[in-house]
Amino acid sequence: MKVMNCPLNGPRNISEFAWGGEVKPMPDPATMGDKEWAAWLFLEANEAGLVREWWCHVPTSYWFIAERNNITDEIIKTYPATELFNTRVEFAAKAPSGSGEKK
Amino acid sequence: MIPAFVPLKILRYGFRKKYPAERFIPKQQDLKKSYDVVIIGGGGHALACAYYLAKTHGITNVCILERGYLAGGNTARNTAIIRSNYLTPEGVRFYEQSLNLYRDFSQELDFNILYSERGHFTLAHTDAAVRTSRWRAEVNKQLGVDSELIYPDEIARLCPHLNMSDHVRYPIMGALYHPPGSIARHDAVAWAYARGAAKLGVEIHQQTPVTGLIVENGTIKGVQTSRGTVYANRVMQAVAGNTSVVAKMAGFRLPIKTIPLQACVSVPLKPFLDQIIVSGSLHVYVSQSSRGELVMGGSTDPYGLYGTRSTLDFKEGLLGHMLELLPMLGEVKVMRQWAGMTDMTPDFSPVMGLTPVKNYYIDSGWGTWGFKATPVCGMTMAHTIANDSPHDLIKPFYLDRFVDYQQVGEKGAASVGH
Repeated sequence: MKVMNCPLNGPRNISEFAWGGEVKPMPDPATMGDKEWAAWLFLEANEAGLVREWWCHVPTSYWFIAERNNITDEIIKTYPATELFNTRVEFAAKAPSGSGEKK
Repeated sequence: MIPAFVPLKILRYGFRKKYPAERFIPKQQDLKKSYDVVIIGGGGHALACAYYLAKTHGITNVCILERGYLAGGNTARNTAIIRSNYLTPEGVRFYEQSLNLYRDFSQELDFNILYSERGHFTLAHTDAAVRTSRWRAEVNKQLGVDSELIYPDEIARLCPHLNMSDHVRYPIMGALYHPPGSIARHDAVAWAYARGAAKLGVEIHQQTPVTGLIVENGTIKGVQTSRGTVYANRVMQAVAGNTSVVAKMAGFRLPIKTIPLQACVSVPLKPFLDQIIVSGSLHVYVSQSSRGELVMGGSTDPYGLYGTRSTLDFKEGLLGHMLELLPMLGEVKVMRQWAGMTDMTPDFSPVMGLTPVKNYYIDSGWGTWGFKATPVCGMTMAHTIANDSPHDLIKPFYLDRFVDYQQVGEKGAASVGH
């Protein structure tokens, strides 16, 4: 049985986790066109080798980051998402008038 | 005649030059400097495409480059089920054409693929699944596909081995019954296309990995291989599992994740199971091959991997559910297990046709339905390459449907829960 180390709950059975897909830099939702948004949503690098991905510990709904080697099926390390994401993303649409200031 | 001489006689007969053993594909030669068409990948789809390029379009200066051996990837790893009872009209039309090509396959290619019509049952265990079955049946009938929603009394009559009891975790409430559902010998399909294509002049080069693509001004010029550079006017990739890796060499990304799909077979049993039994909710599909083995598959793995290892988790999940459907298999042993790397798309439909690179074509996204599409895929991709324009049947599966928000949501796909 494969074990994954959850940053919040410690080592747990892999069946407790859900795979969330690769970590991709999100384009600014306020300035993005539909096509660029779709590209971010659907297109994957789908690299073979070392990958950085979102994972979720389902019983506790805890999302975190895992680095894996997806050729050898090895989990390299896991850490809280706050190590990569430490600023708040503003999803509110900008006012249509004016140039709209960057945060 | 003294019996001791018989083996010698047979030996002599065997060595006579008058009856040489048939070679399916000619001995490997040196790569030429250039071809009209280079196909990356040597699986069923690639071989079918090469065959139709040569036969239908008269393009015979074609070269297939395969990294490993012929048809050793997902062509060898699927569960060999053929059907056309999909949910979307796009999917139904596409697969109905494939089924028709399969019916005449053994005749046309003079190769027995052991095509066997069994009847395909997609079991429904919830009201939602019954509703989807009715929806699929109506779409199918509208498009001329033999497909019907049936209820437990008729299921029990047609599949006497199924456990129809109410005292199970997921009782059977109905089934989508598709009489033309069939199985065939998957290796034979690939070999037949390989032999057919080679007879028409197509070159098949095994153990020749493609290491890079030559793209100039957005147009494909050729490929680099372990045996040197090969120039080509047109190039297609058909390398399910490694699709993104090859596409990266061409410089574009795809809406594809590489996820393993596992399967296994039991020891051979006397023929008892005529039907193909599938349960989307239980993640089980099972049929009995011509050799008597039960061919069993389940759902895709829970996370992506570029590997083909098998897991106990998979077998526990699959076999636990299967024993609920067919409890008499409790003592039967699993004989072989394997996995294949599949291309999964967000809408469970393939990605086929043109790409951002000119004269470069793609056949991918076959996560859940690759084998049964082999003939139609070869036919439509050959048309696409020959005319540099997608065949009508595959137009809905174009790559940019994702950024155009025109996905083809296929709830009739196998191996995925809906």
